[in-house]
Amino acid sequence: MELSGNDQRAHLDATFAALADSTRRAILARLASGQASVSELAEPFEMTQPAISKHLKVLERAGLISRERDAQRRPSRLVARPLAEASEWLEQYRQFWGASFQHLDVLLDSMTAPASTAKKKSQRSGHRKR
Amino acid sequence: MLYPDSFTVSTPSDREIQVTRDFHAPRRLVFDAFTKPDLVRRWLLGPPGWTMPVCEIDLRVGGAYRYVWRKEGEKDMGMGGVFRDIVPSERLVATERFDDAWYPGEALDTTVFVEDGAITRITITVLYQSREARDTARRSGMEHGMAAGYNRLEDVLSSLEG
Repeated sequence: MELSGNDQRAHLDATFAALADSTRRAILARLASGQASVSELAEPFEMTQPAISKHLKVLERAGLISRERDAQRRPSRLVARPLAEASEWLEQYRQFWGASFQHLDVLLDSMTAPASTAKKKSQRSGHRKR
Repeated sequence: MLYPDSFTVSTPSDREIQVTRDFHAPRRLVFDAFTKPDLVRRWLLGPPGWTMPVCEIDLRVGGAYRYVWRKEGEKDMGMGGVFRDIVPSERLVATERFDDAWYPGEALDTTVFVEDGAITRITITVLYQSREARDTARRSGMEHGMAAGYNRLEDVLSSLEG
């Protein structure tokens, strides 16, 4: 499915707004390992159930989670697609800079290492002369 | 020594993209690697296969820089800008604009170098003129194929061994 530019932008905006909060990111991380009910989520976060519910609403609006309507527990589960879209556009930065920085590691290594090796060599040759 | 775990890419605000990374080298060297053309063109290459035939840097406030990347079978990718602020070994501020007008206006790049013991942490913040500009830049960047298929670990590893 091809989203128009505006649709895609609106999706990403909602995704990033939802992800801007550390509690909501933690909830997503928890849901990544399996569905959970509000009370199950409230416990580790030491938050009230209404507070958790508020966060879940934001995540649901952003399409990041889905919640069962019928079941009494109304467990929440992670929806992967919006997260994949959001990480996709950051991914180009990650790839460009990630690859470049690995080159830079090697370059900096060569800038720091040869100097000390050269010093050791000249010290050694100095000993030999004496 | 590699510190890939320290690498982060984030969006601190609607108009920004921020990249951080630690390097096992003195700040002065890292700053040189960011500002001396013969060093820059050895690492600012992105995914394997790209070279940097043009790398010109006039390191003074008001001075220009110009980068062109090339890969066989791909369109050349050029960008450049003007330095707005330079504090040697500490801070670089420069405008940024790609030749292909992907996004309206210029972006402003701020690179900060912080030394902590044997580690130098760099933080690059790209500030676009609007959220639309950032969104356009990120979308069209994807279309330009920089993201496609390059994250093969073996490629990176073989380039490190070489």
